[in-house]
Amino acid sequence: MSLHVRSLTVGYGRATVLSDFSLDVGSGEFVVVAGPSGCGKSTLLRAVAGLVPFAGSITVAGQAVRGSSRDRALVFQDDGLLPWRTAARNVELPLALQGVPRAQRRARAREWLDRVGLAGFEDHLPRELSGGMRQRVQLARTLAQQPSVVLMDEPFGALDAQTRASMQALVTEVLSGTTTLFVTHDVDEAVLLGDRVVVLGTGEVERRRDAILAAVKA
Amino acid sequence: MRWAVRIGSLAAVLVLWQLLTASDTRAWLRFDQLPTVVEVVERFAVQIGAAEFYHDLGASLGRIMAGFLLAAVLGVALGVVIARSRWLGDLLRPPLEVVRPIPAIALVPIAILLFPTDEQGIVFITFVAAFFPILVSTRHAVRALPTIWEDAVRTMGASTPQVLFRVVLPGTLPGVFGGLSVGMGVAWICVISAEMISGQFGVGYRTWQAYTIVDYPGVIVGMVTIGALGYLTSAAVELLGRRVTRWLPREALR
Ligand SMILES: Nc1ncnc2c1ncn2[C@@H]1O[C@H](COP(=O)(O)OP(=O)(O)OP(=O)(O)O)[C@@H](O)[C@H]1O
Ligand SMILES: [Mg+2]
Repeated sequence: MSLHVRSLTVGYGRATVLSDFSLDVGSGEFVVVAGPSGCGKSTLLRAVAGLVPFAGSITVAGQAVRGSSRDRALVFQDDGLLPWRTAARNVELPLALQGVPRAQRRARAREWLDRVGLAGFEDHLPRELSGGMRQRVQLARTLAQQPSVVLMDEPFGALDAQTRASMQALVTEVLSGTTTLFVTHDVDEAVLLGDRVVVLGTGEVERRRDAILAAVKA
Repeated sequence: MRWAVRIGSLAAVLVLWQLLTASDTRAWLRFDQLPTVVEVVERFAVQIGAAEFYHDLGASLGRIMAGFLLAAVLGVALGVVIARSRWLGDLLRPPLEVVRPIPAIALVPIAILLFPTDEQGIVFITFVAAFFPILVSTRHAVRALPTIWEDAVRTMGASTPQVLFRVVLPGTLPGVFGGLSVGMGVAWICVISAEMISGQFGVGYRTWQAYTIVDYPGVIVGMVTIGALGYLTSAAVELLGRRVTRWLPREALR
């Protein structure tokens, strides 16, 4: 499903964070969003997720975005897990809200946790997991939800190089064909994952290390 | 070793009490008026064999349970509603804020007039006492809830009732249990006082009754019984609270 952001303006109180920002993401496209800290990357994702009021227009498959929906899932930059639910029950949650029967959602949660490398941690509470593990639980939860647009806010920031590589491979495989907006600070990750790379403040840049670096520094 | 100190300290107090009362000491404080430890223990032994004692226990516990449960349900429900809905908050807060500063025990005359039976009046007083701490701590806990949890379930497509039951209620439980603990404490204060004023049975009534018929060992037995009941019910709330908030990070320090 294609995503169109037109003349998006978002502010908190008096401060305007994004103004007159436009972006088009084709159906099934994987677009990486980069930019210096505090430039409004999280704000952009939150607007698309329908979590903050905005001016301008955001449409998904021609439908105007008004409020949140299970069709636009967000992997949060900070901890988006419910701390009183175990890893498995966090992954199950979107399925439970959809009314998927218990046995079925248990099995699917198990499967997804296994795919993010967390087999055996199903019954752990978030506080018993490391930051990187919690991010992977969030990833599993979002993939289990199977939304038509996936929004990811630096999902692999806290991972070691090896785990990061395997999560990147997983995301590439599972989300091929899913419209995705992916925020990262990591230039190599941007080059590796993005069909296109957009730097906030600059606009679309060539998918090359030096081009991205130059745009982010500017 | 530490246990020895603790038990020894308790024993010393009892021995001192026994000495002061048995020797009819008058040193400004009139220990000669009080029963001795031995008299109290003997009295307790008699009470434990009497059906009346258990009848009183059951009556007071029943009143506490009825008033407290009612307060818990209504306090949490209204606390959530007031914190989440501006409109209902504006509607409900003024009358509640006017009644809140009045100590529940001061409502005894109203309760006697309003309710057909003393029993209902006492339960009402207990309810009012526990209701406000539960309401206020629920409201604060809902206000302090991190928004990210609600945001997360919203992007999973949660409806407002789903947000309430999946996020708001579990997320506020730690704060709610703070209110429940305080509520249980004041509920006991009020049920005992109400029983002393208007009951025909119950531990509070029996204790006051013992005083009026100059049965001082009976008074002390009543006091100890009230203390034990209060301790047990508070411990039950505490235990339940720990069970349902095991996910809190502070537990990691244990
Ligand atoms: N809830 C909020 N209230 C007020 N200001 C906010 C709020 N959230 C973000 N901001 C401000 O908006 C600006 C953009 O924040 P945002 O989180 O979108 O940046 P970001 O690009 O995601 O940064 P980072 O790379 O560090 O995550 C910042 O200047 C921040 O101070
Ligand atoms: Mg951010």
